[in-house]
Amino acid sequence: MFTFSEASEKQIVKIFAKYPFKKSAMLPLLSLAQRQEGFIPPEAMVDIASRMDVSPAYVQSVCTFYTMYHTKPVGKYVIQFCINISCYLNDSDSLLDYMAGKLNIKVGETTADKKFTLLREECLAACSSAPVMRINDTYYENLTSEKVDQILSSLE
Amino acid sequence: MTQILLKNIDMEGLTSLEVYEKQGGYKTLAKAFAKKPDEVLEMVKASGLRGRGGAGFPTGLKWSFLAKDVFPRYLVCNADESEPGTCKDRLLLQKNPHLLIEGMILCAYACRIETGYNYFRGEFYDLAEITDRAIEECRAKGYLGKNILGSGFNFDIHTHLGAGAYICGEESALLTSLEGYRGEPRLKPPFPAVKGLYDKPTIVNNVETLCVVPYIVAEGPEKHAAIGTEKSKGTKLVSVSGHVAKPGNYEIILGTPVRVIIDEYAGGMRNGNKLKAFIPGGSSVPILTADKVDVGYDYESLAAAGSMLGSGALIVIDDTVNMVKVALRLTSFYQHESCGKCTPCREGTRWMWQLLNQINNGDGKQDQVKLLEDICDNMSFKCFCPLGDAAVSPVLSSIQNFPEDYQELIGAAKAAVA
Repeated sequence: MFTFSEASEKQIVKIFAKYPFKKSAMLPLLSLAQRQEGFIPPEAMVDIASRMDVSPAYVQSVCTFYTMYHTKPVGKYVIQFCINISCYLNDSDSLLDYMAGKLNIKVGETTADKKFTLLREECLAACSSAPVMRINDTYYENLTSEKVDQILSSLE
Repeated sequence: MTQILLKNIDMEGLTSLEVYEKQGGYKTLAKAFAKKPDEVLEMVKASGLRGRGGAGFPTGLKWSFLAKDVFPRYLVCNADESEPGTCKDRLLLQKNPHLLIEGMILCAYACRIETGYNYFRGEFYDLAEITDRAIEECRAKGYLGKNILGSGFNFDIHTHLGAGAYICGEESALLTSLEGYRGEPRLKPPFPAVKGLYDKPTIVNNVETLCVVPYIVAEGPEKHAAIGTEKSKGTKLVSVSGHVAKPGNYEIILGTPVRVIIDEYAGGMRNGNKLKAFIPGGSSVPILTADKVDVGYDYESLAAAGSMLGSGALIVIDDTVNMVKVALRLTSFYQHESCGKCTPCREGTRWMWQLLNQINNGDGKQDQVKLLEDICDNMSFKCFCPLGDAAVSPVLSSIQNFPEDYQELIGAAKAAVA
């Protein structure tokens, strides 16, 4: 069963106050649910729908449009690894292979200990420091295999 | 070196109001409030500033298109920086959030707007936090809120995060997303200046565009108009990426030759390799060959050379790369990001990706190049929004400018069969 936490409820009041129409809170509320649960369970979509007088199906249609929303559980650390043009020109493909090998998963999968989810990502807007990845809210730039080793071992 | 945007960028503590004010920050507010809103708008018009997001439309003219006497009206800052190769707005937002807020206040005053939203791409969570802190500082100081500096003018800004969708960088899709829908584009006209956010008159400007406005108000429009070329005024942040020695964000005077940007700003080609191609304005503009490297980096010269200035992302490619691979990588991006609303884009991007994939895998046939050109023809100017045209750019320009790269892969396929 999903419920927004007390802290989230306080956030929700602030979010609604930003907009003249409730529906604008759709993305902020989906993001909030994901921050709380790690992903967006169907019950959260039902809850959000009831707060803005739309159907749960509508909330789902919005949720699945945006790539950053997870509708299934993901690892503690979500790795968004950029493979777009500037990173590609800086050999991101082989670095992504290296990373997948090191984590012993395929791109798109989560490690057995639920620690890491590895995702192939389109441009992250840090092109002049390619190759680049983002783990949860942090950017990591100018990546090399040594740097990847360091970063992964630094995450508890 | 003229620096409008990157002046002080590496100064410690610049994100705080205190340090920003010490550099003269927010002094333009009193200056602007002493004038009528229309006079501030006229200054922006006279400065020759053009939109830095991609289309290069004259900023002051865009502001003057707001539907007359319809209120409320909105200002939306486009911080959805997602055009492959572009990373300039991230730098400004990360290091100088108050510059943008000052620009937004001036725009709002000129356009008589009371509410602004800053739409960040979802990945810019950390930058939205920085901006939120800066907004709080401004509210406490009275630069945002009711009756700013006793002028009677009210204005406030709210941050809003997207959640991963390239299409939301297109202004009408951004507004749709901000309203709580799937980020699908709307038909234009009506343009946002007439019917934008919540169907009200709305100005949508890129981060960099708004960051230039304080300079125009502080120094006067003539000073801005004196920089650059006849029609491309001012400076431009160029995100240089790819095979150069020193990739980075550089502020150049519009009209600077691409060769100078690559060799002098970005340290030249890496590993002693030769320049083969460059994409001057982000992945959505046609790829140019190395022999065009003396073209001036401004709106008109790049258009005359067969491409566009776009978002100001200069992607540099050396001679180790087969351009089919570049086209494939970018087409894979566009087919992933097509919102699915209109058929030519949704189907076309996928078909192009399938064909390029075959060619790249060595399964290509001669008539597939012709087929790719046909698909490009069926997409060009026939899609609902500019994403379709953008998707055509790398494919068509790589076929036209680098036919030997296609032949190399198709020839290899033939040889394998024989």
